[in-house]
Amino acid sequence: MRRWLTDPWRKPRLLEALVYGYLAWSVLPVAIAVWFSFNAGRSRSSWQGFSLRWYWQDPVLSVWNDPDLQRALLHSLRLAVLTTLVAVPLGVAFAIGLDRWRGRLAAGFNFQMLLSFVLPEIILAVALLFLFTNLLKAVQLGTWAQLLGLVTFQLSYPVIICRARLLSIGSEYEEAAMDLGASPFKALRHVLLPLLAPAIFASAVLVFADVIDDFVLVRYLSADAASEPMSVKIYNTARASPTPALNALATIMLFSSLLAITLGFFVYRRLTRGERKRESTVEGFAAQI
Amino acid sequence: MATQEAPATSREPGQAGPKPPHGRGARPASARAGAWRPRWFWPSFAVPGMVWLVVLFLLPFYVVLSIAFGAVDPLFRTPVPVWNPVEWNPFQFELLYDRIFGPGAFLGPAFLRTFAYVAAATALCLVVAYPVAYYVTRYAGRRKGLLLVALLAPFWISYMMRMLAWVNLLESDGMINNVLVSVGLLAEPFPWLAGQPVTVTLGLVYGYIPYMILALFAGLNGIDQRLLEASRDLGASRRRTFVLVTVPLSRQAILAGLVVTALPMFGDYFTNDLLSGSPRTSMVGNLVNDAIASPGQGGQAAALVLVMMALLALPMVLYIRATARASREAGR
Repeated sequence: MRRWLTDPWRKPRLLEALVYGYLAWSVLPVAIAVWFSFNAGRSRSSWQGFSLRWYWQDPVLSVWNDPDLQRALLHSLRLAVLTTLVAVPLGVAFAIGLDRWRGRLAAGFNFQMLLSFVLPEIILAVALLFLFTNLLKAVQLGTWAQLLGLVTFQLSYPVIICRARLLSIGSEYEEAAMDLGASPFKALRHVLLPLLAPAIFASAVLVFADVIDDFVLVRYLSADAASEPMSVKIYNTARASPTPALNALATIMLFSSLLAITLGFFVYRRLTRGERKRESTVEGFAAQI
Repeated sequence: MATQEAPATSREPGQAGPKPPHGRGARPASARAGAWRPRWFWPSFAVPGMVWLVVLFLLPFYVVLSIAFGAVDPLFRTPVPVWNPVEWNPFQFELLYDRIFGPGAFLGPAFLRTFAYVAAATALCLVVAYPVAYYVTRYAGRRKGLLLVALLAPFWISYMMRMLAWVNLLESDGMINNVLVSVGLLAEPFPWLAGQPVTVTLGLVYGYIPYMILALFAGLNGIDQRLLEASRDLGASRRRTFVLVTVPLSRQAILAGLVVTALPMFGDYFTNDLLSGSPRTSMVGNLVNDAIASPGQGGQAAALVLVMMALLALPMVLYIRATARASREAGR
């Protein structure tokens, strides 16, 4: 044992075992939950044969036929699309402005933006709930309040990602374009934005995937059952002996966000094609997170 | 863009990107050449985001302050915000103080429990995540990309789904109890989901460990391999190289990992609700959630949120300063 431990060429078997053990621990529970969404019976722990009952065959309880589950699914998607559409343009402009402006005011706002990134979500959620119920009463709880809250919470992603990319781009390309006669807007439009495209795209994918999973904010800012997305649905029913339809709902969300990420990865690879790389595309994409 | 070509009143040369070698004096060529940017050009991009943050990030906290230091409607017991700071009244905090430290304090244990659970869960995260991140950066070879994808997968799986998966497994007729009973380790099903601190702590580890792995991976991946080779060439053993070179070089990553995993844990209440649901394991997040859910406790919720922010201010600011420094160094 001692000799084996001190052998400098030994393969790190223990470490390897730990890594694969960890992966199993991290993936298996979810895989089992997915597996039981195809169960023919009501149980979520004993297998009674394969069926698509909980997806659409069951006339009442399946995701397809239960209006509550369907609405939750659609509301998650609606919030994700709307938030991405608002947060990404806002964040990209904010990133460009903060990066190039460099005043004391800009530093202060940069601090605020980073604070919104590390702040536990429940704190922001309570603060926004009080804002919408006490001061900005014109904003109804429900989709509007959820959208405003989610954009605030997600704004830091595009800003952080785009600023990292802006650092590596530098300002030389724009200066060159402007030396050649481009107006500042043209330099921005034809030089800077195309260079930023991978970062913009990566942040859009991230925001989308993150909003689909959001729970704390959307729950506090929801008005009634109609504005409760998938995550809140799972929270409400997970301990109340649900049917595998809940697993089916979660599985649908799982595959749609995995699909979005996979597509995102391939588009990202296309966008960064031809760039000199020190690291693999996966690492580059991962670094964006 | 006609507005851009208006005559110059103040010539604002190209903004400093990466600093030119001679400091701010050396200007890019555009200062002399045709195009130039008006002074307001870059700030105007930041304005929408600034307005957004003022209205939806700063203002909400002012509302929280006005409620925490505000009054209570005598009839409905609902919180009434007091907008003028001069009239603020700390009675909510006195009440909260009594509930935490006073006789019959029923909130105090939740605070202690939160620190205990978060400390245990973060420590476990570090102990598990460090070897995993270390292996992926140093030994994974060609499988690095694939392993990284597997390690990142939990980020794309809904947190609620991951907890639901454990609820399924841990129920009294769930798979784990079935297996343990059938091999004879347990005489009868163990109530995992009925207020067990172990379940809650492991649930927190399961939920937040991906953040730790990502932070450590980023740090360990950035270590110059030549330093490790140098250490080995100079005669240090594997273990000494690890202890004297790798660990010190990853100190920043460890700190970042601890902060990014611990902060969301402090605000967590849903893991607890799903995996225990018992007041015996409730944490600060649960106190906030309960206060929000029960009528007349809005003032307490606001006070609790402010106390939470005060407790977490130091790690948050340290983390922000560390990231700002790291990005400055990257820009050099």
